[in-house]
Amino acid sequence: MALLTAPTEPSSVGPPLSLEPSSRRLGEKFIVALLFGAAALAVLITVGIVLAIAGPTIEFFRQVPFSRFFSTEAWAPNFVPDGFGVYNILAGTAAIVLYSCMIALPAGLGAAIYLNEYASHRARRILKPVLEVLEGIPTVVYGLFALAFVAPLLQEIWPTFVPGKLGDPPGFQFVLSAGVVLGIMIIPTVASVSQDAMSAIPHGLREAAYGLGSTKMQVATKVVVPSAFSGIVASFVLGLSRAVGETMVVLMAAGAIANLTLWPNDPVLTMTAFIGRTATGDVGFGTTTYYTLFAVAALLFVITLVVNMISIALVRKFREVYE
Amino acid sequence: MNARKKDSEMTDQATRAAGPVPSPQRAVRDVPDVPKEPVFTTQDLNIHYGDFHAVTDVSMEFGKNEITALIGPSGCGKSTVLRCLNRMNDLIPTARVSGEVRYHGIELYGPKIDPIEVRRRIGMVFQKANPFPKSIYDNIAYGPRVTGMKVDSMDDLVEQTLRRAALWDEVKDKLKQNAYGLSGGQQQRLCIARAIATNPDVVLMDEPCSALDPIATLRIEELMAELRESYTIIIVTHNMQQAARVSDRTAFFTVKVNETTGDRTGGLVEFDRTTTIFENPSDQRTEGYISGRFG
Repeated sequence: MALLTAPTEPSSVGPPLSLEPSSRRLGEKFIVALLFGAAALAVLITVGIVLAIAGPTIEFFRQVPFSRFFSTEAWAPNFVPDGFGVYNILAGTAAIVLYSCMIALPAGLGAAIYLNEYASHRARRILKPVLEVLEGIPTVVYGLFALAFVAPLLQEIWPTFVPGKLGDPPGFQFVLSAGVVLGIMIIPTVASVSQDAMSAIPHGLREAAYGLGSTKMQVATKVVVPSAFSGIVASFVLGLSRAVGETMVVLMAAGAIANLTLWPNDPVLTMTAFIGRTATGDVGFGTTTYYTLFAVAALLFVITLVVNMISIALVRKFREVYE
Repeated sequence: MNARKKDSEMTDQATRAAGPVPSPQRAVRDVPDVPKEPVFTTQDLNIHYGDFHAVTDVSMEFGKNEITALIGPSGCGKSTVLRCLNRMNDLIPTARVSGEVRYHGIELYGPKIDPIEVRRRIGMVFQKANPFPKSIYDNIAYGPRVTGMKVDSMDDLVEQTLRRAALWDEVKDKLKQNAYGLSGGQQQRLCIARAIATNPDVVLMDEPCSALDPIATLRIEELMAELRESYTIIIVTHNMQQAARVSDRTAFFTVKVNETTGDRTGGLVEFDRTTTIFENPSDQRTEGYISGRFG
């Protein structure tokens, strides 16, 4: 029987051995450069935005002192006498964020828990796409929804729920109607990010909990939600950032009056709505009002930056690494 | 990132602290011919997953305070049978159980049976250690809390439970730390401790050592021998030596192929005292599997 033998000398004909790179690699280098460019673009644009905002903001604070900007004096940058008390529009933003998050966070988390833990295969197959459609509706449509349906409805039921003098029905633009609609708008974001976090929990944890005699509710509240906590926090912060930054709904439904209030019945002007309204109006280049736009934008930028930094810290703190 | 320490290192440290580990001992126990007080009795148990007939006609008894091992090649249905005993199969929507499973005489799949109540009496340990991402203390306290157990002092219960699971000395100084910081073997013993914290009647173990090194495996086997005094244990294992070392009775399952349709299904071949199964099996297939000729 023939034994296996190592191949004898390599055939002597053929090209000489070469370990140098073939020219085809150039294409790869080009693609890597292109991809790096794409990644760098995001960084460059961010830097560009910061620089573009920084210059006019510094100019603004040359004309208007810090103590006037960070104050409760009237907000009237383009009136005589002027007022730059940013707390008025900061309060407007805070009010909208407050009411929209009061709706979006519990409802989004609830939807995520339902979808992930309770929904039958069929229910999930219907609900998930509906939520995703909700996410894709243009914000201006939500704004119309607020003006045409939610505001009249709230006007009607407001006196029933709030007694006495406070029970006067609101006007057609006010905090609650914008807040409610914005909240509805954010639900899908919160729900889908939370649900992703919950579905990433290893199946073994759920089995362990059921194996110990947990009810479905206990599995959801004591195991799934705590284990997915970092993802849930991330979804909340994402929702919050969207509420802070949302413009169209508040522009249409919250009003145009800078009001230092959190009261649901009042009209407010948010920071974003101020920028949206003023920038599309008649603002002369180089006027104080022009620079005010940038100062408010810078403040918004800083707020969202801080919120995101807090979120990253929270997500790190609560993250569990599952193997 | 990975807080889990090398299993062997940890166990070595633990071993040094606790003195030498005794060599594995063959369980020398008087095992009656048939279980005296069966905890479970199955009669013509059949389990389907959708159209797939996973287990066919299993009839056997599991004795009280005995360790019963289920062995056999992959796909023989041993884990499926195990998961049927505490109704874990209910979590799989397509699973269907027919035939009889009696637990202390009560039909487990009867119309008025609440699977949650069943699982509160029948604990389970899984193939992969699955502690909750909580503290060691909270892992143990989880069961008593969700079942609403009346506890005088949770601290005492946690301590007792960890002592019974022979884990107390290793973790007593870090009860508030996350269980993920433990080694793989310690995590699995924590899972066993968690399963016995509610004082169940039975502990089901689904290949509890398959992800562990030999030293960690040995410690779990010792633990099982101790727990046998108070609990009924049913263990699924791929490791025949393990079955031989720890169990009182062994059930050998295999994959049976229908000669006309070619369908495969799991079934029980032989169920007897472990000594008999390993020394004097009556079925050729058992003998073949035990001696490593097939499967």
